[in-house]
Amino acid sequence: MSDPMRIRAAVKGEKVEVKILMSHVMETGQRKDAEGAVVPAHYITKVTASCNGRDVLSADWGPSVSKNPYLSFRFKGGAKGDKLKVTWTDTAGDSRSDEVSIG
Amino acid sequence: MMLARRRFLQRLGHTGLAALTITSGLLPRVVRAADTRPAFAAEAIADALKALGIANPTKSDAIRFKAPDIAENGAAVPVEVESTLPGTREILLLVEKNPHVMSASFSFPDGTDAYVATRVKVAESSLIHAVVKTDAGAFYTDRLVKVTLGGCGG
Amino acid sequence: MNTPRATRRALLVGSLLLLAGAAQAETSTQDAIAEYREMFGDDNPAELWQSRGEALWHTARGPKQANLTACDLGLGPGVIEGAYAQLPRWFDDTQQVQDLETRLVSCVTTLQGIPREEFLKVKFGDGEKKSELEALTAYVVAASRGKPIALPMQHPAEQAAYALGKAAFSYRAGPHDFACATCHGDAGKRIRLQELPQLTTAAGAREAYTYWPAYRISQGELRTMEWRLQDCFRQQRLPQLKFGSEVAIGLTMFLAKNAEGGTLAAPGIKR
Repeated sequence: MSDPMRIRAAVKGEKVEVKILMSHVMETGQRKDAEGAVVPAHYITKVTASCNGRDVLSADWGPSVSKNPYLSFRFKGGAKGDKLKVTWTDTAGDSRSDEVSIG
Repeated sequence: MMLARRRFLQRLGHTGLAALTITSGLLPRVVRAADTRPAFAAEAIADALKALGIANPTKSDAIRFKAPDIAENGAAVPVEVESTLPGTREILLLVEKNPHVMSASFSFPDGTDAYVATRVKVAESSLIHAVVKTDAGAFYTDRLVKVTLGGCGG
Repeated sequence: MNTPRATRRALLVGSLLLLAGAAQAETSTQDAIAEYREMFGDDNPAELWQSRGEALWHTARGPKQANLTACDLGLGPGVIEGAYAQLPRWFDDTQQVQDLETRLVSCVTTLQGIPREEFLKVKFGDGEKKSELEALTAYVVAASRGKPIALPMQHPAEQAAYALGKAAFSYRAGPHDFACATCHGDAGKRIRLQELPQLTTAAGAREAYTYWPAYRISQGELRTMEWRLQDCFRQQRLPQLKFGSEVAIGLTMFLAKNAEGGTLAAPGIKR
């Protein structure tokens, strides 16, 4: 089971500013472990975000996004108390969603 | 053992979903749902752009691209892209010297700023391209990021 | 025509210009590195460890099905705010000087009944293999952010730990005849582009100690002080520094005491 994302979503003027830290190994499939065995590729391929059900971002990722990924974006039309939901899906078929109230 | 492996291979051959790594004498290690997106398999910028259906992006200074001149560690290089080009739909990040150049693409629905900040891996000192898809075509800018080998190498 | 004096002057001016150029290049390199560090802002992946540590702290686990809210880190049971700022210190119940990490081990084994070997099976995480020690450390350390380091060192064992750390700092050994002091005992030292803080001065010790534990970008993991010391020993090609050993705690005491008065900013983020 994956660890929760750290999501900061706050109203800044007319916009909502979102900053996310995701817990994910983002293995490229090229690294070797201490015993010399190749660590299999395992990385996030898709990220989506929505505000009260309205899509606000979609992203396609490859293995060269850094480990424990950081993502920041901004959108209009969000208000304090609205629900911001972020979802990622990875190459192992795992998925994770976390939701916060916009502050 | 050989027969079981062949049957296993035959079964998987039709799905086209999995990639196999076989080492002699061992069971094949399966990478579930291997990445089949052509753009992400590209090893050169031109091939990645072609796979994305982008032809000859125009250099533009309406793209604000912030990246450090020197990255203390290439495992995480902070980048920030903001496009002031009207009708911006997508921002893409490509790292020229990476084994697979395509790093990420971001799509912005109406109401979302054409802005993104993230951190990418840069294998060695390289140009990073920020490509922007708009209603009026594709544009780009680039920055050179030098990657250092720090301290005692670790 | 060049007289000897003119030649000497030309050489002197030439070399000064070269040095000035080199110094300029070095400053701009350090500026560029500063910009790289600044771009991470406040968004430190260490927070992911802090969250995991907070959850672990409050979860009933082990044969005793207890959480860690009764753990005494020196300021009383369950008090974590400011706790890291006064470690390492003497503990009556264990009759030893302990750093944060060994103290966490004590709490986990005593309060939760989890065997030491089991808890320390994954001491330092690697990708999917997560370390509970690192998570708990990050959580506790974050609660001392902004606090000044204060080590009264009134107990003789604490003073002895400092003395041992000080001696270990200068003890040359291994195939390269290195000591910590080799790299960190003087001002102005550098390995490649990495500036090395002088750990024997307050300023240098603060620069280093107030930012550890830290998310280490090159590792992609949060690394603790015990890890940092162990890795220094590895880099010096010395035998492996034992976790929680007197030397490990002594060196930590030495660094922490030298950094006394400095404000903790950990968990930090480092290359």
